[in-house]
Amino acid sequence: MNLSFRTNVNTDSVRATSLIGLRNGQLSDLLFTAAVWGAFLTVTVVFLWLVGDVLIRGVGALSWDFVVSPVIDSGRSGGIAPVLVSTACIVAVALAVAFPLALASAILISEFLPRTGTVSRLVIVSFDVLAGMPSIVFGLFGNALFNQLLGFGYSLLSGGLTLACMVLPFMIKANIDGLRAVPRSYREAGDALAMSRASILWHVLLPAAIPGIIAGVLLGMGRALAETAALLFTSGYVTRMPESLMDSGRTISIHVYDLAMNVAGGDQMAYASALILVVLLIIINFTVVRLGDWIQRCSLRA
Amino acid sequence: MTDRLLTWTLGAATLVVVSLIAVIAVFLLNESLDTLNRVGLGRFFSDSGWSPTMGRFNILPMIVASVLLMAGAVIVAAPLAVLTAVFLRFYAPSPVVDTGRRIIEVLAAMPSVVYGLWGLVVLVPVIAAWQQPGASLMAGILVLSLMIFPTITIVVHSGLTAMPQRYIEASLALALNRAYMVRRVVLPAIRASIAAGVTLGAARAIGETMAVMMVTGNIVAVPGDLFDPVRALTSNIALEMAYALGDHRGALYISSLLLLAVVILLVLINEFIVSNKCEY
Repeated sequence: MNLSFRTNVNTDSVRATSLIGLRNGQLSDLLFTAAVWGAFLTVTVVFLWLVGDVLIRGVGALSWDFVVSPVIDSGRSGGIAPVLVSTACIVAVALAVAFPLALASAILISEFLPRTGTVSRLVIVSFDVLAGMPSIVFGLFGNALFNQLLGFGYSLLSGGLTLACMVLPFMIKANIDGLRAVPRSYREAGDALAMSRASILWHVLLPAAIPGIIAGVLLGMGRALAETAALLFTSGYVTRMPESLMDSGRTISIHVYDLAMNVAGGDQMAYASALILVVLLIIINFTVVRLGDWIQRCSLRA
Repeated sequence: MTDRLLTWTLGAATLVVVSLIAVIAVFLLNESLDTLNRVGLGRFFSDSGWSPTMGRFNILPMIVASVLLMAGAVIVAAPLAVLTAVFLRFYAPSPVVDTGRRIIEVLAAMPSVVYGLWGLVVLVPVIAAWQQPGASLMAGILVLSLMIFPTITIVVHSGLTAMPQRYIEASLALALNRAYMVRRVVLPAIRASIAAGVTLGAARAIGETMAVMMVTGNIVAVPGDLFDPVRALTSNIALEMAYALGDHRGALYISSLLLLAVVILLVLINEFIVSNKCEY
C-alpha cells in the first residue's frame, strides 16, 4: 500500500476553505453543483430537441408504402425501397470483406502477440490512425483504387469495399475486447489437455468470444449505415433499384443528405428517412452496449 | 502443422490491415503528385483565390475555416463534456446516471447527416433570426461541438472511473467539499484523460464533412466574424470532387493528404499522452 500523498493538494488552502472560509467554500460548492447540473441539463435539452425534431417531423411521412415504394421525383414522393436495397448490399459487402480480416487480426493481436510489445503497439497505433481518418479521405482513396484503378466504377461494390476499410479498426477493437474477456483458465485448460493452438482457438476461444464477435459485427454495421461522405464518390447516388453489385446506388444516409441539400421541398421525406436510420442505429447501438456489459460481467465472474 | 498454417494466415490478414494505411497514403500521394509537380506547393498558399478551373489554387481560407471550426467546437464541447462526466460520476442520482449514459451513447451513434439535417432545418434558421445569413461558422461550431461532445465525455468518464478510490477517500477524510475535491484533486488526476478526449474530439471535428457542409454556407473566404459563412477543407472536397478534372482533382487530393497529416499528428499526440500517463 502506498501511503505517500502525491496529489497537488495544498494543505494551506484546504485549511482556508474548511475552517476560515466556510461560507465561501459553501458558496463555491453550490456554484459548482449548479455548473455540473447545468451542463447535464443543457445536453439533455439539446438531445431531446434533436431526437424530438427527427421523431415529430419524420413520423408524419412514414408508412408501409414509404418503405416498399420506388423513389419518385428525386424523392419528393414515393418511397425508399431501392435505397434500402442498395444500403443492404453495401453494408453486406463491407461486412463480408471486413469480418474475416478483422477477426484474424484480432486473434493474432490478442492471442499470439505479446500485449505490451513494440509490434502490438505499432499495430494498435496504425488502427487508431485508420479509425481517426476522415471519411471523405476514405472516399477519395476508394475512388482512386476501386472506381478507377480496378475499374469497378460507381458501384455498390466500390462503396462496400471502401466502407470495409473504414469499419475494420472498429470491428478489430471489439473482437480483441471479446477475446481478452475469455478467462485465462480456458486457455490453460486447453494447454493442459495438449490441444493444439488451432483447436483451442476453434473449440474453446471463439465460442466463448461470440458476444464480442457479434458486437464487432454490429458496430461495423452501425458505422457503415451512418456513413455518407465516403460513399459520395464510390457508390454514387443513383436512385434506381440496383440489379447487381456493379450498379450504382445510394444508402439511406446519402438519401437524407441529397433530399435535405439538393431537392427543394424534400425536407419531409428527408426526415422520414432519417427517422428510419436513427431507429436502426439506436437498436444496433443498444445491443452493442448490452453485449459489452455482458462481456464485462462474464469476465469479472470468471 | 495446422498451428503454423494458422499463424501464417493470421499474420497475412493482419499485414493487409496494417499496410492499409500505407496503401491509402500511397494512393492519395500518387493522385496528387502530378499536380504538385506542375503547380508547386507554394501556390496553394499564395494564389489570389480558389478557382481551380482557372488555375488559381489558394486553399488557405479553407484551412483557416477548418481550424476555426475545430478550435471553436473544442472550446464549446470540452468544458461541457468534462462537467457532464463529473456530473455522471459524482453528482447524479443513480436513476439519472443510467439515463445520462443512454443519452451520450445515442448522441455518439447518431450519424453525421442527421446532425446536419437538424442543423440545416432547425439551428440555421434560429441563428438567421438573430444574425443573417444563419449558415455560418457559428452554426458549424455548434453542430460540431454537439458531435464531439459524446467522444470527449466518454473518454473523460472512463478516466474518472479508472481513478483510484483512495484519492476520493483521502479527500473525504480531509473534509473537503465536493466542488473543491473535484477541482483540486479529481481533475488534476485525470488531466491525461481530458487531453486524450480533446485530441480525439479534435480529430473527429477536423475530419467531419457532411454536417459541416450542410450548415456553414460553403463560401470560400476567411471569415470576418462568427456569423460569416465559411467552407471547410473537407466540404470543399465533397462539393467539387464530382466534376473535378486534372489539376483541380489533384488539388482536392492534396487537401486530403493535408487532412490525413493533421489526423495522424493528433492520433500520435493522443498515443503519447495515453502511453505516458502517470500511473496515479
